[in-house]
Amino acid sequence: MDLSSINPILLVASIMVSATPILLAAIGEMVVEKAGVLNLGVEGMMITGAVVAFAVAVNTGSPILGFAFGAFGAAALSLTFGVLTQILLSNQVATGLGLTLVGLGLSSLIGKPYEGVKAPSLPRLDIPVLSDLPVLGRMIFSHDIMVYLSLLLVVAVWAFLKYTRGGLILRAVGESHDSAHALGYKVVRVRLLAILFGGACAGMGGAYLSLVRVPQWTEGVTAGAGWIALAIVVFASWRAGRVAVGAYLFGGITVLQLNLQAAGAAVPVALLSASPYVITILVLVFISARGMHGAPASLGRPFHASS
Amino acid sequence: MIKLEKRPQPSRLWTVLAPLLAVLLTMVVGGALFWFLGANPFEAIRTIFWDPLFDPQFAPFSRPQLLVKAGPLILIAIGLSIGFRAGIWNIGAEGQYIMGAICGAGAGLALYPSDSVLVFPLMILCGALGGWAWAMIPAILKTRFGTNEILVSLMLVYVAENILASMSSGLLRNPEGMGFPGSRNFKQWEAAHNAELIPNTGMHWGVVFAFICVIGVYVMLTRHIQGFNIRLTGDAPKAARFAGVSPARVVFLCLGLAGALAGLAGLFEVSGPAGQITIDFNSGYGFTAIIVAFLGRLNPIGILLAGLLMALTYIGGELAQLMLGVPGASIQLFQGMLLFFLLGVDVFTNFRIRLTKPELA
Repeated sequence: MDLSSINPILLVASIMVSATPILLAAIGEMVVEKAGVLNLGVEGMMITGAVVAFAVAVNTGSPILGFAFGAFGAAALSLTFGVLTQILLSNQVATGLGLTLVGLGLSSLIGKPYEGVKAPSLPRLDIPVLSDLPVLGRMIFSHDIMVYLSLLLVVAVWAFLKYTRGGLILRAVGESHDSAHALGYKVVRVRLLAILFGGACAGMGGAYLSLVRVPQWTEGVTAGAGWIALAIVVFASWRAGRVAVGAYLFGGITVLQLNLQAAGAAVPVALLSASPYVITILVLVFISARGMHGAPASLGRPFHASS
Repeated sequence: MIKLEKRPQPSRLWTVLAPLLAVLLTMVVGGALFWFLGANPFEAIRTIFWDPLFDPQFAPFSRPQLLVKAGPLILIAIGLSIGFRAGIWNIGAEGQYIMGAICGAGAGLALYPSDSVLVFPLMILCGALGGWAWAMIPAILKTRFGTNEILVSLMLVYVAENILASMSSGLLRNPEGMGFPGSRNFKQWEAAHNAELIPNTGMHWGVVFAFICVIGVYVMLTRHIQGFNIRLTGDAPKAARFAGVSPARVVFLCLGLAGALAGLAGLFEVSGPAGQITIDFNSGYGFTAIIVAFLGRLNPIGILLAGLLMALTYIGGELAQLMLGVPGASIQLFQGMLLFFLLGVDVFTNFRIRLTKPELA
């Protein structure tokens, strides 16, 4: 094994790239869960976003349009989840699973003609002055725009939930939908909006996978990233800052195991490939052993105005 | 204005009607999808639902496939349905299916080339144990630490897939396979082959087990105290605790049973229709079984029918792919849509629709 072949600058840079899709999906899902809705369809929305973005980017030549349509497509898909769970009052767990299955089917149907095609790449955004810094510049300040947008989004979500009236209403709906309803807030409307936001974020995350991270369309390209995003929300105890920490930790593990495989570490490849999932389980166990702090009180419970 | 009014009891009529309506809606929307894809919608629906069973040209070949495909789906779905009833969401059946196949096949291959009659029963036992053990991981973590079983069981699918890849190119690789990945083929080893029991029916031991499970679980849920405890835990967890039902025991029972049945399904598949352990041996039965469980209303008899229907969409889908050039992925979407429509239509089961005059504010 040759550890010296791993370049620390490239390592950190690729950790940021590998964390971004999960970060986008997880921050969206956190908002959804803060509103009291458990959407297990993140994987389905992500992969739909991935395929829509890829198709649009290939056909128009514009990755930015790809991201926009990826977010839009996944949000549209999440609306079916919203209608089923909020208006037709179906079981959220079952509907979320259904959303994943539908998303996987839909994406492989749309994506068939795009296998093996190359997508236009997102231009790198060198931040002036900062990107010229000796080591840090290459490491942190010369990525594409989505990496920075995702981090900005975390700050925006944090500020929205903590300091705005809208954020307060959203949290109230998630903690006790009956009280929020009694106060005159539109529970279903708030939740539908949160679900749409979550869908759009997951779609962008998926788009980042197929357009930047991989960058290619293959069936099942998300490989469980949506489920890991769900786990990260639990890991983060429903806090925006910790979601970012979780996503970057996970991105680190993924990149590190890939680098170890490339460096020919004396560990079985299967073990290395499985390590992100195993570590996610271990983290979940560790978090749950301390008790579920911060879960919104109405999480996953259906709301019906008459009751 | 349309208003939903909660029914005191789920409607009996709609419990039966909802899946039928969902199938109908799926056919209509699926037909539109096929039309959009450039196939004649009526021909496509006929090719999927009618031709595999009754077309003189295809039926002799595809009819046996019905049981071959339905067997594992029913076995897995029956196990899952018990957990879903108790509010325990095991969605990692795919992983338990893989581990059952690996353990069962591994136990058999260790005895190669024995021709003892005990080889196959031992494989069955080890297959069930493999799936059971894999399901015990989320069960122990849930009861001991309160870890979410949905995420753990799902993550374990990816771990199992990696183990499968490593096994088929490592430990279980056929030593006479010229270095190609994949184990020895059970079809060429009589003592371990899960052969067709009645020629040209598709009936193998897995299908027999599936039927036995349908009856066994039906009896358990309706006549046995454990079945009552499971249903009570799902419907009224607090009442169950007051009645002295141990939540941990229900978790172990539900996950263990689901895992063992999924493991059995994997073993019967690997030793019969699939024939060998390969890298892509698993084909998503563990996920499709979730649809089967819901479509069958978590009821064993319903699951039997739903499993057959879902098997039909697999076979019909392949036929439509061959005859009409419909993309294979559209069938996956078709199956997903079925679950979606069912969940939507279910509103009629639990709610009454009332038309009311708009209230004056």
